[in-house]
Amino acid sequence: MPINAQDIEDLIRASFPHAKIQVEGYDGVHFSAEVIDESFRGMNRVQQQRAVMKALGDKMDGAKGELHALGLTTKAPD
Amino acid sequence: MSAAETISDTIAKNDVVLFMKGTKMMPQCGFSSRVAGVLNFMGVEFADVNVLEDPEIRQGIKDFSDWPTVPQLYVKGEFVGGCDIITEMTLSGELDQMFDAKGVAYNKEAADKIRESNA
Repeated sequence: MPINAQDIEDLIRASFPHAKIQVEGYDGVHFSAEVIDESFRGMNRVQQQRAVMKALGDKMDGAKGELHALGLTTKAPD
Repeated sequence: MSAAETISDTIAKNDVVLFMKGTKMMPQCGFSSRVAGVLNFMGVEFADVNVLEDPEIRQGIKDFSDWPTVPQLYVKGEFVGGCDIITEMTLSGELDQMFDAKGVAYNKEAADKIRESNA
């Protein structure tokens, strides 16, 4: 099943209900997402991105994952 | 040695290690290529591990760091990030600061040049 930008947003939204989320990607394989959430405050980037990847679960998981590439930008609101 | 032992050993023996697809001379993925390119350009001495050569390392490095993607950069034993994080840190100057703090040699002018051309 190919995945689309809305699916990715929904998956992230489920874990970060109040986040500002913007997902882009038109080829069905490569996407980029920006997630801005208060819960990121005080976390370093690795911790922030780990939290987002966790939300995406096995979708990110290499060979069997549908997502080959998701560019991620994460931060706490200014 | 198990994959996990090989990984710990490599990280312990080298100040800077990049787990990547392909090698630093011949990367085989755009994301690996970008990170290797930054390090090469900045003149950072680093060990490259081609995960495509060993399925156990390829899976093992993901389990090791609890991070699902490659490339992965380690500095002085610590996981720093993947392609997006390294790119952001390069452009913001945080990568320089980290190398300074950890005593890793690099060419500051080259780093500035990357920032200038991406400003």
